[in-house]
Amino acid sequence: MTGTTDTRAAAAALALGDDALVLSHRLGEWAGSAPVLEEEVALANIALDLLGQARVLLSLVGDEDELAYLREERAFRNSQLVEQPNGDFAHTIARQLYFSTYQRLLYGQLASGDGPFAGLAAKAVKEVAYHQDHAEHWTLRLGDGTAESHQRMQRACDALWRYTGELFQPVDGLDLDLPGLETAWLDSVTAVLGRATLTVPSGPRTGAWSAGAGRQGLHTESFGRMLAEMQHLHRSHPGATW
Amino acid sequence: MTSDSWPLWEVFVRSRRGLSHTHAGSLHAPDAEMALRNARDLYTRRSEGVSIWVVPSTAITASSPDEKDPFFEPAADKPYRHPTFYEIPEGVKHL
Amino acid sequence: MTAVTAGTAGTTGAPGVSDTAAAAEQAAYEAVFDAAVAADERIEPRDWMPEAYRASLVRQIAQHAHSEIIGMQPEANWITRAPSLRRKAILMAKVQDEAGHGLYLYSAAETLGTSRDELLDKLHSGRQKYSSIFNYPTLTWADVGAIGWLVDGAAITNQVPLCRCSYGPYARAMVRVCKEESFHQRQGYEALLALSNGTEAQHAMAQDAVDRWWWPSLMMFGPPDDESTHTAQAMAWKIKRHSNDELRQRFVDIAVPQAEALGLTLPDPDIRWNEERGHYDFGPIDWAEFWDVLKGNGPCNDQRLSKRRQAHEDGAWVREAAAAYAEKHTGKHGEAQA
Repeated sequence: MTGTTDTRAAAAALALGDDALVLSHRLGEWAGSAPVLEEEVALANIALDLLGQARVLLSLVGDEDELAYLREERAFRNSQLVEQPNGDFAHTIARQLYFSTYQRLLYGQLASGDGPFAGLAAKAVKEVAYHQDHAEHWTLRLGDGTAESHQRMQRACDALWRYTGELFQPVDGLDLDLPGLETAWLDSVTAVLGRATLTVPSGPRTGAWSAGAGRQGLHTESFGRMLAEMQHLHRSHPGATW
Repeated sequence: MTSDSWPLWEVFVRSRRGLSHTHAGSLHAPDAEMALRNARDLYTRRSEGVSIWVVPSTAITASSPDEKDPFFEPAADKPYRHPTFYEIPEGVKHL
Repeated sequence: MTAVTAGTAGTTGAPGVSDTAAAAEQAAYEAVFDAAVAADERIEPRDWMPEAYRASLVRQIAQHAHSEIIGMQPEANWITRAPSLRRKAILMAKVQDEAGHGLYLYSAAETLGTSRDELLDKLHSGRQKYSSIFNYPTLTWADVGAIGWLVDGAAITNQVPLCRCSYGPYARAMVRVCKEESFHQRQGYEALLALSNGTEAQHAMAQDAVDRWWWPSLMMFGPPDDESTHTAQAMAWKIKRHSNDELRQRFVDIAVPQAEALGLTLPDPDIRWNEERGHYDFGPIDWAEFWDVLKGNGPCNDQRLSKRRQAHEDGAWVREAAAAYAEKHTGKHGEAQA
């Protein structure tokens, strides 16, 4: 793929790249505030993996910095799940669990296909497997830890549940087995939540009362503020190199 | 348990195949699984290793420096354990 | 206390042993210790060591570790605003390294029989210090570059000799830290160079940052030798290898030509090459400011410490959860029981 030839592939790269870019940014917000030093290192590793993926993907579409710093909110194609604020550590872990499980299955499908992302996905799936492992280990410890951690983790899983249906909407430019993806995701997440003594949330994941449409450029309120912070310096010096 | 402090673990890293695990340092973790993951993130984030051991620090029994003499000196007077102890006629190869 | 941590051999006399015998034993231990230090051998955790040596090391290593983790804050302040994705990745990796370096150093301190919890507690309650440099704010993006170039540059000047420190675990931790930090200073210099060669506004941003960080960086080497309370003993024990003033001069000598290559000036009209000394002369340091910041009156002392405390308190339930889970699910030696 040369970067401009295939508009379908470009649309897909944007969706996948924005997911990685935005989640990496959110994880970067933890720097200096993690619950324990060892976790500073772990969260930064995940953020750096994701930022690396984002840079490769966005570079397939155009200039990575122009895309990251000069697009308006409505032009971002990330899912709403990844832009949700960090909240407490439980919210961050629930977001990681939902997203890394999805991303691993998604990249698994892409890696086994012969599409333009097969090579990239084959490399990324190893990183993402580790992210999922990290999220699962913490889900178990928070869910089956103390009464307080159980309550916090359950609340986080419930709160983010409504953002998970969007992950199984078609992505422009990707040929995916979406029902297969969704079934595998549900199986995996259900199993982990069960082992963590957590209840699988019962709220809607699709339909009028669920969230979604990030892939169409409709985002949630906190995303605008996140972008304002991320973009302000770059935008303040038009044409500058850093 | 209301404590929020985690035990100390010693980390050993095999830097590449063919070498022994060597002590890299220590870290805190609530259990072995997390210790292994923390060790991976901390001590191999620049690709320093291919395999990791973690051991609870309390599980290590160390020789005491006081016992240094009885422990290590007897070996010092057994030079015949070392190949340089033996004189070989010049020109003899592959020994 | 664990088997691999601090040794206490010789510090407690066996019951029944007379005072003279104990004193003789003590003297023998001290002679072995002194000889090891004199011969440039490393002291290891279970070796006998004078209590003052142990206390001095704990104080220095703890302060060093605290500096690493408090030092994450001024730079993390710019992660979410980094102006390019390349710079963002570099900055995240650097701040991550600082967490890692804090960990290596706390580990080294723990070999002396002081737990990380104790040390963090002392940091949080203000009973142990961290480097005053981190009580200055990062006001613009250029500050990230200036920290890399000047603050890390000063830190490296201080740290390289510590790789030969007489205490083994500290020396080994420093070898790892120095190896990893080699990119920290370079990335800062490169970031400043890009600004200096950039637009007028960028150049001004870089100059402003250097103007603000230069003097505090010189203060990082500590008070002048004749006012430094710890230097002489620390040097005798080979915990420290060079005096504050020696290291400060070494840093100035390196930084002056680097500033010229950057196209930036240093905010000291007295800097000039002294042919006779073979060093750069520089102007007087405002030690009143140094002592004032050290006492807690710097621009960010409260902010840095309260953020650190907050993170620790906010994380308590997470640490408790993992400990409770481990208690429920692991065997005596920590192996998981599914």
